[in-house]
Amino acid sequence: MSYLDKAALKVVGTRPIRPDGVDKVIGRASFGADMTMPGMLWGKVKRSPHAHARITKIDTSKAEKLNGVLAVVTAADFPNIPNEEAFVGEGPMNFRDLSRNCMARDKALYDGHAVAAVAATSSAIAEEAVDLIEVEYEVLPHVIDVEEAMADGAPLLHDDMFTQGIEPKPEKPSNVAKRITFTKGDIAKGFAEAELVIERKYSTQPVHQAYIEPHACVVSYGSDGQCTVFSSSQGQFMVRAYCAKLLGIDMANIRAIPAEIGGGFGGKTLVYLEPVALALSKKCGRPVKLVMSREEVFRGTGPAAGGVIEVKIGAKKSGRIVAAELVLKYQAGAFAGSPVGPGCMCAFAMYDLDNVHITGYDVVSNRPKVAAYRAPGAPNSSYGVESCVDELARELGIDPLALREMNAARDGTKTPYGPTLVNVGYIPTLEAAKNHEHYKTKLGPNQGRGVASGFWFNIGGESSASVHVNEDGTVAVVEGNPDIGGSRASMAMMAAEVLGIPYEKVRPVVGDTASIGFTFLTGGSRVTFATGMAVTQAAEKVVEQLKSRAAAIWDISPEAVEWKDGKAFPAGSNAGSFEPLSLADIAVKSGRTGGPITAEVSINAQGAGPGFATHICDVEVDRETGHVKILRYTAVQDVGRAIHPSYVEGQMQGGVTQGIGWALNEEYIYDKNGRLDNPGFLDYRVPVASDLPMIETVMVEVPNPRHPFGARGVGEVPIVPPMAAVANAIADAIGTRMRDLPMSPPKIRAALDEQEPPRLAAE
Amino acid sequence: MPHVTMTGIAARRLTGGLTEFDVEADTVRRLITELDRRYPGLGQQIDESMAIAIDGEIFQDAYLEKLRPESEVVLIPKIGGG
Repeated sequence: MSYLDKAALKVVGTRPIRPDGVDKVIGRASFGADMTMPGMLWGKVKRSPHAHARITKIDTSKAEKLNGVLAVVTAADFPNIPNEEAFVGEGPMNFRDLSRNCMARDKALYDGHAVAAVAATSSAIAEEAVDLIEVEYEVLPHVIDVEEAMADGAPLLHDDMFTQGIEPKPEKPSNVAKRITFTKGDIAKGFAEAELVIERKYSTQPVHQAYIEPHACVVSYGSDGQCTVFSSSQGQFMVRAYCAKLLGIDMANIRAIPAEIGGGFGGKTLVYLEPVALALSKKCGRPVKLVMSREEVFRGTGPAAGGVIEVKIGAKKSGRIVAAELVLKYQAGAFAGSPVGPGCMCAFAMYDLDNVHITGYDVVSNRPKVAAYRAPGAPNSSYGVESCVDELARELGIDPLALREMNAARDGTKTPYGPTLVNVGYIPTLEAAKNHEHYKTKLGPNQGRGVASGFWFNIGGESSASVHVNEDGTVAVVEGNPDIGGSRASMAMMAAEVLGIPYEKVRPVVGDTASIGFTFLTGGSRVTFATGMAVTQAAEKVVEQLKSRAAAIWDISPEAVEWKDGKAFPAGSNAGSFEPLSLADIAVKSGRTGGPITAEVSINAQGAGPGFATHICDVEVDRETGHVKILRYTAVQDVGRAIHPSYVEGQMQGGVTQGIGWALNEEYIYDKNGRLDNPGFLDYRVPVASDLPMIETVMVEVPNPRHPFGARGVGEVPIVPPMAAVANAIADAIGTRMRDLPMSPPKIRAALDEQEPPRLAAE
Repeated sequence: MPHVTMTGIAARRLTGGLTEFDVEADTVRRLITELDRRYPGLGQQIDESMAIAIDGEIFQDAYLEKLRPESEVVLIPKIGGG
C-alpha cells in the first residue's frame, strides 16, 4: 500500500518524543561499557608505539605470571585468515586485513596498532600486565602523507600489494591498492570546446568520526562454545558475522546483543574489540570486558579518509560546463579500502555533463585503517568539485546558485557513473536556497557567503521487523537495527499509522541476533527506508489478521471487513450490522480466534532513491587572529518525506556540524616518528555548541515512490556540502582562495599575511 | 534486449576490455548467468562487489528483479554508507 497522501496521515509527519529519550536523558540507558557479567574480567590491549615495524618477538611470560592475570593473547591465538574479500559490513571487507587490524601479525602498521591483549581481575592489574608484555620491534621507515606514499621509493606497507585496475598487472608492489576510472563522453573534445578552463588542486585531512562513546564490549565464550557478545555497534549481525569469520565460530553459537550506541556515523560498522575479547574469554573461561580510552579510539580506530582532489573544469562563457576531469588520491590507512569509488561516483553527480573523466587511487599509509563516515568518500571529492565550481562562477561573474541551476542534474540526466536519474529533487533544493531569505541578506565587513551542493545514493538492503499485538491491544515492534538517529520512533510511527492507533500504544524494541531475522547494519541512511518498509509490511499483515479475527467474531467473511482508524467495520450494509471492534477488542479475544496476532517480514529493500542538498554558509573572519566564525548556516535537502521531521532536521544539523569541523579545525597531527600527537578532544578540535549558530533547515519533500511513505535516506548527504560551503564563504570574506583543509586560524593568518605582509613595529 | 554498461572498470580484465553488452535476459539472475557464461568469473565479481542500476534505480543483491527489453542496465561498484 501507499501512504503518500500527506493530508491523510495522522502520525507520520508529527514530532512525538522518542521512546528511548527518557532513559538517555537520565542516564539509565545501557551503553557498551555499562554491561557486566558474573565473574567478569577486565581486558586491556597493548598497542604499537611505532608507525611501521616488524614484530620480531613477543614475550608474554612476565604478564602471565602477574597475580590476577588469567589470559594473554597475541596474533598466535587467532586463525591466520587467508586473503578473502566480501561485502558484509559497509563496504568490501578483506577478512585477512580485518583480522590483522584487530591484532597485528608480523608487522605493526600504525601507531596504536594492537599487538597483544590481557584479561585480569581488575583494570589496574590488566594495565600493569600490558606493560609487562615485552615486544621486540624492527622499526621500519614509515609514510603518512598520501602523495608521499604513492611516490617511487616510498616505504612499502605490503609486499604483496600490486595495484588493481591496471593492465597488465604491475611488476612491482606499491602502496596504491587500486586505480578506478569513470568515463563519459569525450573529455578532449569537451575541453577543446571550452572558453574557460579552471584547474585546481585541493586537499582534505583524515578526520575521526568523533562519536562520544568509545568502543566497548562485554563478551562470554562458554565452555560449550556458546558465545554472547554485548557491544556498541552499528549492527549486531555485522558483529556476529565478523566474530564468526575471524575466530572460526559457527554463527549459531554467537548471540550478539546490541547496546545503546553513543554515536557511530559509520565508525562502528566494523569490529576492533569483540574478537579480541572473545579470544581472551575462550582462553580463560570467564567473561571479559574491553573498553577503549579516548586515546585508543583516536590511535586505533578508523578515521574517515582524507586525500588530494585535482579538479579541471571547462566551460562556455555562458556558464555551461562542457568538460570535467577529476583525480582523487584517497587515504585508506594501513589496509586497502578507502571510499574512493563512491568519491568518484558522487563528485559530479549534481551536474548534467556530457564529457567527464574521473580517476581514483586507493592508497595505503601508516595510519589507522579508515572506516566509513557519513556519505563515505563524497565529502572529499565534493569539496574539490564544489570549490572549483565556485571559482568558475566567480571567474565568469555568474551567481553560484544560477551556475549550478544551469548545469543541474534532473530526472533523465545520465550520471557520470552510468545510471540515469529518476525521481530526484536537486533543482528544488537550488530553488529553495535561491528564494530563502538567508541568501538575500546583506553581509558586513570581513564577512563572506558560500554555497555548495552535494549528492549521496542512499541504500536499501536486507531488513527484518516484527509486529506483535499484545493482549491489551498495545503493540510491540521489533527491529533489527541499532537505533542511532531515532529509528525506534520512526518505526513506531509507521506501525501506528498503518494500524490506526496512537503512537504511544506502540513500543519499539531493537532485537538481538537470536530474536529477529537478519538485518543489515544501521548505515547508508537505510533504516527508515528499508527497515521502515519491513515494519510497514508487517503492520499491514497484522491488519489483515485483525480483519480476519473480526470476521471470526462476527461470523462473516473476512472480505466483508474493512479496517479504518484502528477499528474493524462491516464493509457495507450487506456485511451485516455490528458495532465496530477496536484493536484492543480483537486482541483480548485473540486466543479464541486463532491465537496470538503477530507478523514478521524480512525483505531486501531496493530503490532507495538518492538525496541532494544545497547549503548556504555565512562566515566572519577575524583578520587579527584568523578565527572563522560561522554567522549563519542554512541546509536545504530533498528528504523524500519526513517521517519524524525533528529527527530529519537533527540529521541535517549533525551532518553540517561535522562538516564544519572537517572544514575548519579537525586534523591528525603526527610527529616525525609517525606518532599521533593529538589523540584527545583537547587537541583534536571538534565544533561544540558554542561555536555554532542554530543550523537552519529547509526540508524539500520529493517523495520516493519506492517507499510506502515516500521516505529517502537523510543522514548522509548533509555532510557533503559543508566543507566547500565554508571554504567558499571564507574566500568571499578574505578575497583569497584557500584550498587545503582544515582552514584553521594559523592557515587563515598565513593567507592574510600573503595578501598584506606583516610590517615590523619600527616601520 | 537490455543494454548493459559496466562502469568503474574494475572488471575489465575479465571482459577483454569490453564495457558494453547486449544481453538477452528478463531477470537480474539470468543477466548475471549469461554474463558469467560469456566472461567466466564476471558473475562472481558482480555478486561480490557490484550493484545493478536498472532504469536509474540502484539494486543490490536482487536476483529476482525484472528486466524489460529496453531496460538501461548499469553495473556499478556496490555502495555502502556511514
